[in-house]
Amino acid sequence: MQFISRYLSSAWRALFGDPVRAFGVVSLALLVALAIAPAKEHFSQWHGFQRRYLALIHDRGDAASLRRRFQPGIHQIWLPNLGVVDRCTTCHLGLNEASLNDVSQQPFRKHPVVPHSLDGFGCVICHGGQGAATTVAEAHHSERAGEEPILPVRYIESGCGQCHQDALPGTPQLNLGRTMLMRYGCVHCHAITRPDGSKVVATDYPPSLTHIADKTARAWIYSWLKDPQAYAASTTMPNYKLSDTDASDISAYLVSTSTPRAGDTVAPAVQSAAKADPSAGPSLYGESFCASCHAVQNAAGILVGGDIGPELTRIGNKAKPEWLAAWLANPRIYDAATPMPHYRFTPQQVATLVAFLQGKSDSDYGSGVHLDAASPQQIAHGRKLIVELGCAACHEINGVQKPENFAPDLSSIGSKPLAQIVFLPDMEHSLPSYIGAKIRQPRAFGPSVKMPQFALTASQNEALTTALLALTSRARSMPDDLRVAAIQETNYQPAGHAGKLITELACLSCHRIDGRGGEMAPDLTWEGSSVQRSWLTEFLHNPNTLRPSLIRRMPRFNLSDSDNKELTDYILAVYQSPSIDPDFALSAGNLQASVEHGRQLFFSKYACQSCHIADTKTDKGYIGPTLTQVGSRLTSAWVYAWLRNPQALRPGTTEPNQNLSDEDARALTAFLMSLKGSAGRGAKQ
Amino acid sequence: MTMRSTVRATFRIFGWAMLLALATLAGCKHPAPLAVGLKATATGTALVESSGGHQVGVTGTVLKDPLVVQVNDDQGTAVPGAIVEFHGSAGVSFDPAAVLTDSSGQATTSVTLGATAGLYRLSAMTPGKSKPVTLDIVETALDYQQRVGSILADKHCSRCHDPESSPERVSNFENLAVKPHPFTEGNTLNKMSDADLTSIVMHGGPALSRSALMPPYGNTLSAADVRALIAYIRAVADPPYEPAGTVYSRK
Repeated sequence: MQFISRYLSSAWRALFGDPVRAFGVVSLALLVALAIAPAKEHFSQWHGFQRRYLALIHDRGDAASLRRRFQPGIHQIWLPNLGVVDRCTTCHLGLNEASLNDVSQQPFRKHPVVPHSLDGFGCVICHGGQGAATTVAEAHHSERAGEEPILPVRYIESGCGQCHQDALPGTPQLNLGRTMLMRYGCVHCHAITRPDGSKVVATDYPPSLTHIADKTARAWIYSWLKDPQAYAASTTMPNYKLSDTDASDISAYLVSTSTPRAGDTVAPAVQSAAKADPSAGPSLYGESFCASCHAVQNAAGILVGGDIGPELTRIGNKAKPEWLAAWLANPRIYDAATPMPHYRFTPQQVATLVAFLQGKSDSDYGSGVHLDAASPQQIAHGRKLIVELGCAACHEINGVQKPENFAPDLSSIGSKPLAQIVFLPDMEHSLPSYIGAKIRQPRAFGPSVKMPQFALTASQNEALTTALLALTSRARSMPDDLRVAAIQETNYQPAGHAGKLITELACLSCHRIDGRGGEMAPDLTWEGSSVQRSWLTEFLHNPNTLRPSLIRRMPRFNLSDSDNKELTDYILAVYQSPSIDPDFALSAGNLQASVEHGRQLFFSKYACQSCHIADTKTDKGYIGPTLTQVGSRLTSAWVYAWLRNPQALRPGTTEPNQNLSDEDARALTAFLMSLKGSAGRGAKQ
Repeated sequence: MTMRSTVRATFRIFGWAMLLALATLAGCKHPAPLAVGLKATATGTALVESSGGHQVGVTGTVLKDPLVVQVNDDQGTAVPGAIVEFHGSAGVSFDPAAVLTDSSGQATTSVTLGATAGLYRLSAMTPGKSKPVTLDIVETALDYQQRVGSILADKHCSRCHDPESSPERVSNFENLAVKPHPFTEGNTLNKMSDADLTSIVMHGGPALSRSALMPPYGNTLSAADVRALIAYIRAVADPPYEPAGTVYSRK
């Protein structure tokens, strides 16, 4: 004790005994204290990166200019309106240096060319992470409350999706994911509000089950529930992993509550009156272009056909022939809102198609299923399961209410705090890995999870995850002027008797009119300005393809003459473009000279034959429509307006805008309108 | 005194020895063996590519088709049960990185490209009878701009410039009197400057006294679209495109 106090007092005397010495000591202490801050900075991580950057550029040919643009110290991009305080550029020093193209070492890589500038948007808006941090661990990997690790690059399109609610051409993965949210029925159970306030609406069409017993047998429903993909590989119906008893009880409930309806089935006596022609089946199926909407697996197991209607590979195992006959005769009796057109088949055609479709069956499918008649308890249990599993969120079911908000709202899933997530063992602690795993195997997260198993490929899963990650709370707080709204389907409804015909023929399943409808076939919004009456009448009677290279074509609907006239009148009167001059006329003066001049322009100056066929003997162009009889198909006013600016009439068309002069456009129109020939037509096909 | 200096010297030597040992340990970081838990039951003497090479993907994503290589023996017969390891340039990952060949002698892996655009050189390796056999495979990763270009090319260009037909898209290549250059044709396109390519895309073939079968796209595509298209054409060129003019020296 004594030793310590003696030692301390002698040390005190040695340092502060003399006033000058005391001053010196205090000065030295102050100097050391002052040096701490710069020393700390010198040994900081970011300073190390800046030194490494200088070493990296030291030997490069353009070192002088790179060094001139280099600024030491902490950099910051501050954008108050976006809430951006990003210091990432403190270490990521080469982002804007085009000449560092060959550098693959981080953090000095050049940023790939994107439509937005670094200074205008910062980094964190797209990439996530903590912008204000100045160490790698904090900036990239933090999992603390309110913080987020940066987004793996394979989900980076979700960053775009925060502002861009529309389909950007450069983000196919995000676009696919968004389409899937609507097509795979996600939004039947999960409500999703976009950052701009609009709701995501389902575009799939889960059938109503109120008359299910007219259509199929209980044994089929049982097999279907057990494994939907075993019946149709392409179906979007998920697998609920039901036990045998549960599937049996649900099927019992559905069949027991199904109500028969007049017209849903055709009596066998009526059916047998019409003779099926077995040899005509495949050709009738082909001619009717059923494959434009329905797919069938070929021998190699590959799906061939469209995905608008259900897959028909094993339709014979499912549909009762008496129901199928009624459905083909008029699908709108069973389901008034079906996307399937009313084809107006003759009874014989119906019988032929029924026989053909019944042949599409698999004798092994459901062969081992023997269901005993269900007791009332089992039926009641079936109902209980239907309520618990939320079947009625998608399907209309007798005796069960459609549940509201059946599953969690996903409007801000992209900002779900990691602290709220229960991760599985051996799982990466990040939001993308959680969402991906939840979609891939929902039941792995516990037996009480109701979410069923969807049959998705790895890339579909990634796309869906990307779309969900875009739903962040940051997206909600973005300034309105930065948001690009989603293009919403309008609720266009054609009017009158012709409107009823358009609905019956389900034109909007393939064609788009006034912002509503499918995208398989041409937009018909301005069809009335475009075509001539005689051609339209003939086309509706007997559609011939305009584009020989297309597989999907317009089917024949067996329209009566009066229905045909009604439809033609309506299209010509209503679907008129205000930008087409109805009084347009080619100068009658020297029409022949004009036609000849147009021919020269067509074949020589503009070489239109590279994509179109005007003369079947010489031309082979296979991209645009055949023009051999365009003069009897289109109006001259349309042809002229189209030539002047095709994209103005049909945005996104591949026909290039050649910026034609009025004179050239008129000459070309004169030439095209002179192509009336029907004689050469078909020679090429 | 001597006692003390001896102790000091001992400490010193010990310190240096420790430092040396540490440095050696750090230097000899063995690459983790890829083939943990895999037991090869056979060895082959040749590797051939079955499918999955020469794909064009997007940076940081999984290639659309898996990479499949086949192990053969001297007679060219497939060897099942041989081990194949996959390696690649920085940033590429494989799932799995090592695999046994299946009953038809094929090893399949899915490839995730790295974060930088450009060519990725991959290799497959099998131990072989006496020395390891390797096979080189090349894949291309597109960045955002190049991918926008590829989407534009699909819509506006490929119908004529790509001679390959698919059921969904019939090629127009054979129908044209003057054949367009496929975008992979590096030998021709690499010689053309960006300005020339821009000019042809914007103003059509006649702008450079070439065929009028190539229409002008200057009023259909934006300037940014054309830049993206050219970035894509450069990215898929075979042989690879090296920008002309001064390249900064890389010492």
